[in-house]
Amino acid sequence: MAFSLHGVHLPHRKNTANTEAVRMPAPAVVTLPTVMHIGAPATPVVKAGDHVDIGTLVAEPSAKMSAPIYASVSGTVKKIDDYLLSNGRTVPAVVIESDGAMTVAESIAPPVITDRASLIDAIRQSGIVGLGGAGFPTHLKFDVPDPTAIKTLLINGAECEPYITSDSVTMVREQEAIAYALRVLMDVLGIPETIIGIEKNKPAAIAAMRAVAAADSRIRVKVLPTRYPQGGEKVLVYHTVGAKLPAGALPLEAGCVVCNTSTIAAIGNYLRTGMPLVERCVTVDGSAVAQPRNVLVPIGTPLADVFAFCGGYKEEPQKILYGGPMMGIAVPNDGVSVLKNTNAVLAFATREARLPEALTCIRCGECMLHCPVGLNPAYIGKAYQNKDAAALEKLNVNMCMECGCCAYVCPAHRDLVQNNRLAKDMLRKAKAAEEGK
Amino acid sequence: MVEQMHLSSGPHIRTKRDARVIMLDVVIALLPAAVAGVYWFGLSALWVLLVSVAAAVGAEALFNALAHKEQTIGDFSAVVTGLLLGLNLPANVPLWQVVIGAVFAIVVVKCLFGGLGCNMVNPAITARVFMTLAFGSLATSAFPVDAVAGATPLAQLADGGMPNLWDVFIGNIGGAIGETCVPALLAGGIYLLARGVITWHLPVTFIGTVFVFSLLMEGGDINTALAWTMSGGLFIGAIFMATDYVTSPATPWGKVVFGLLAGIITCLIRFFGVYPEGVSFAILLMNILDPYVDSWTAYRSWRR
Repeated sequence: MAFSLHGVHLPHRKNTANTEAVRMPAPAVVTLPTVMHIGAPATPVVKAGDHVDIGTLVAEPSAKMSAPIYASVSGTVKKIDDYLLSNGRTVPAVVIESDGAMTVAESIAPPVITDRASLIDAIRQSGIVGLGGAGFPTHLKFDVPDPTAIKTLLINGAECEPYITSDSVTMVREQEAIAYALRVLMDVLGIPETIIGIEKNKPAAIAAMRAVAAADSRIRVKVLPTRYPQGGEKVLVYHTVGAKLPAGALPLEAGCVVCNTSTIAAIGNYLRTGMPLVERCVTVDGSAVAQPRNVLVPIGTPLADVFAFCGGYKEEPQKILYGGPMMGIAVPNDGVSVLKNTNAVLAFATREARLPEALTCIRCGECMLHCPVGLNPAYIGKAYQNKDAAALEKLNVNMCMECGCCAYVCPAHRDLVQNNRLAKDMLRKAKAAEEGK
Repeated sequence: MVEQMHLSSGPHIRTKRDARVIMLDVVIALLPAAVAGVYWFGLSALWVLLVSVAAAVGAEALFNALAHKEQTIGDFSAVVTGLLLGLNLPANVPLWQVVIGAVFAIVVVKCLFGGLGCNMVNPAITARVFMTLAFGSLATSAFPVDAVAGATPLAQLADGGMPNLWDVFIGNIGGAIGETCVPALLAGGIYLLARGVITWHLPVTFIGTVFVFSLLMEGGDINTALAWTMSGGLFIGAIFMATDYVTSPATPWGKVVFGLLAGIITCLIRFFGVYPEGVSFAILLMNILDPYVDSWTAYRSWRR
């Protein structure tokens, strides 16, 4: 459309962009929930009293859509506890008391890759899931019925949320791992090309990935305009290969598989060393943090330990988030763990923690102008209020990726994302009731 | 360990640009026109503006109190309505009529329909039309400048005459307080564009359509067409009143359609209708058509 404006310009606040990632010392206790991915919880295979080393399997996948979990510290399993996830579900979690030695399990060895099946199985064994925040089990992305359907490997280096720099720092420090992983994936899976999408505001990462692309003619870097939500899967697919994916459509329909850069780096390191996913780079920032930085954190570390490593709180925090300020999830305290898909933890002081009161909709149309997929949040809110499922279907509410652009720009400070979520749920229930008839 | 963290749904950051900031921007944008109006028409113009704003704010405050609703005058929308209404009136209008108009705008058009965001039509424009119909003489009244009795430029043009183009541009003519000084209105418009309160689509299309229509009606005479375009309430209407969020389309194409139709209706009334000025009626009619224009021009998200 000639006059369209989509997405929003956000303050970048990439305070930690040019820092080195620093490894934190082993925490005293790690808590590994058996769900850190999309899918069924993994089943614990250890019990209280067992000794584990880094890389020891502590929970195995229980279904096709599941992922294994490995110990991130060496020590003793304290107990299998109940853990309350952010979505309200309670799942078992393996609690390990660290012995401080950080001993690596002896069984760790690089996997043997002979063909497609062995590569997909190896990635499954690694426990690697989408590290950009979604947590989708990575091997399932490649395990498609028709392998020739994957024409493009699309690497998501957009990192469009404010504050977060863990992907861009990883792109610089893990260049070789990324190059290696891409080569193996393309060779073994028969994928003809790779496009690495990076937002313009990351010059160091662009340079690093251009070096990777220079060594392999199948890889190219696409520099993307810096506009949120550039890293949203559908937005990225649109801006790189030009395909428009409707609600429910996977990137495979456009011949793509989309992976986050940190996920690819993790695959590269796993293929070379055999070390499964036990640590990751986390951006620590926010107005309450004394020394914002990127930290290499063992998975399962309590947030309190991570913040303590960053100089502690310089102001009393009032809000702590997993992820970025747009799509991040608020957590009730800092005792929760760093999960596989935690790319950032942010702590905000009081002045930023509370949001302004919502007013009535003034019909300014800003929400529509900025929605990256052309939705109409103001009308969706109204249809939800009127309990009008038919209208919600027409308004294509399932297309909403909950990116937050609408609520960000709304001058009346309306809770549009929450409205959209509730509307989706209402529509789902209405459809289920219809089918049940 | 810190406990009891504040929990809320994302996004956790919001724009600083809220409804109050937008209203203040509109007030600032209208100040040049207000100053020009007081300059050309004298202190009685100032009284009209002050009474209009005071009556509007007072009416809203009183309504909210009587209806046991939350007080909303802090969002400045009543100030904007009062100011716009005042700027659309001639300086010699009796102050009691101003009060009635302001109360009508706020209570009937806005509050009774549900308050901010719920009005079907633009409060200031509707009150102006109401006053024209109720106190008839306003339709053609003109406060003479320099105590020289004269018809407004629109009346002159309708009679086949031609006003002085520079006078029409600078505001040295009869008319409503805020509608005469084109540079003041343009300055306000540019400020609103720069602040992102309005986009160019509606005002440019509205004014452009009137210009082209007038050009055709005047057989290609550019000077007369310019006189038609700069006279009357077109500039203030197109920039400040048609662009009211609540009663205009949300998408750019919608705004273009609105501007086009409003321009055509304005000219139909000016050239073929009984009233010399058609802007108020055009905007009012388009406000009523607005939901249809919105649904014709809504964005379509990706579907199979």
